[in-house]
Amino acid sequence: MSKVEPAPSSHYRTWLKRERRGRIAVRTAQLGILVVFLVLWEALPKAQIINPFLTSYPSALWPTFLDLLKETPQQPSILTHTWATLMATVIGFTAAMVLGTIVAAALWWWEGLYKVLDPYLVVVNAMPKTAFVPIFYLWLGASLSIYGMSLAISLFVTILMIYSGFQGIDPNKVKLAQTFGASKRQILAKVVLPGSVPTLIATLKVNAGLSLVGVVVGEFQSANLGLGYLIQYGSQIFKMNIVMTAITILAVLSSLMYLAISGLEAAVMRRR
Amino acid sequence: MQPSPTAAQPKVELRNVDLRYFGRDGETEALRDISLSIFPGEFVAIIGQSGCGKSTLLSLISGIVQPTEGAVLLDGKPVTGPSRKVGYMLQQDYLFEWRTILDNALLGAEIQRVDMGKARERAMALLNRYGLGQFMRHRPRQLSGGMRQRVALARTLCTEPDIVLLDEPFSALDSQTRIALADEVADILRRDGKTAILVTHDIGEAISMADRVIVLSRRPGQVKSDHPIRFASAGERPPPFAARNTPEFNVYFNALWKELEVHVEG
Repeated sequence: MSKVEPAPSSHYRTWLKRERRGRIAVRTAQLGILVVFLVLWEALPKAQIINPFLTSYPSALWPTFLDLLKETPQQPSILTHTWATLMATVIGFTAAMVLGTIVAAALWWWEGLYKVLDPYLVVVNAMPKTAFVPIFYLWLGASLSIYGMSLAISLFVTILMIYSGFQGIDPNKVKLAQTFGASKRQILAKVVLPGSVPTLIATLKVNAGLSLVGVVVGEFQSANLGLGYLIQYGSQIFKMNIVMTAITILAVLSSLMYLAISGLEAAVMRRR
Repeated sequence: MQPSPTAAQPKVELRNVDLRYFGRDGETEALRDISLSIFPGEFVAIIGQSGCGKSTLLSLISGIVQPTEGAVLLDGKPVTGPSRKVGYMLQQDYLFEWRTILDNALLGAEIQRVDMGKARERAMALLNRYGLGQFMRHRPRQLSGGMRQRVALARTLCTEPDIVLLDEPFSALDSQTRIALADEVADILRRDGKTAILVTHDIGEAISMADRVIVLSRRPGQVKSDHPIRFASAGERPPPFAARNTPEFNVYFNALWKELEVHVEG
């Protein structure tokens, strides 16, 4: 079973080759989809098959991006917009993680509280939070309502996911700690929380995406800064180039956040 | 040394213990009128069929469950909660995958907030003694089942209990590891003079390891009989593996087999 045999058998070499070909095929297909999408997006409006006014073209995005990069008296640089959205999102999901973990821990601590609140949590979680955008605007004002929306959209799912993670801890691990005389606090700190780290990361993956949605939707309503604002602004003055550029940056932003969280996950899991 | 029931104070005593579980669809009587005394340094095995309440008995002694009626006493004092005198080995190792082997062995010491410097020395000495010296920085998943159960033993003994409760601690292991580890564990506990209570459904394991075998009846569990185990032919108490080859072993095995009323439904 040694991996350093002098000559790998021909069967093994064939297997390796086939395996490598399989991986290349998947990558090629993935890249192909992107290329086909971009080509269609470029070609169909150019050929007047679809209205270029509605979709813009990929080739128009880069010049638009460079154009938006410049700061004007009326408009800050697109980097400032991007930064505003990113910061609001990071603050939103961090707050959702912290608050969600605290609330989940409280529900774990007082089981009666969970029993009482359970139906409300489920209903609130199922509600379309974006319906509250105008109300949040009135209640919280322009800038706070963005954070409010970001938090509202991600908090409840965070609570429910983390709580169910807490409940999924092997009761025998809790029993083990109890046999040593562990207090409830010690059980939380030494068994439940560290045992829920994979759940916390899975939750982070979900709520980071949701927070971004909340921020963008909040910005539609109330901001004069941020990618959500830029999308709203661009569509009002019928400049699809601006809208599409902002959306593309959003796509890049959410991919980067996902990659960062996956990196964190890999780092944590390597330690287990 | 034979324990003398009249002279010494029992290390563990149960007096007319009843335990009932309550549910919306009624109450379940798990244990009925259990009275037993276990003396310092004794190795007692409790056998019975699954569901007879033998694990519950250990939970009562460890103080994580309170009796519905009756009393549990350690060194003559009623048990009101988990005691530092008691170490409990569960059916599986339940090592925490986020801790290293050494940190797992230190869990109990950490919870009991004892001097961590000394606890660390003890844990390292125990792990070395069990042949796990080079695995202290490893993670549980890198160890085999037998090694993991040895870590669990180190975790239990690191808090220096007088009484060790063993709840089918070998049941998750393959049969060879199981017999080898039984030898090791019996040797370790006897040499340290611990009082040990082993719960098992394996008659052979009970006879080969214990000084006394207590048989529980089906639910509700009651003490059905109490058998002292002596290996006169072997002179000194033989280790579990050797005990299995003595003539007495088969005699006890047949007697206990009858006691257990094993019926295979079919």
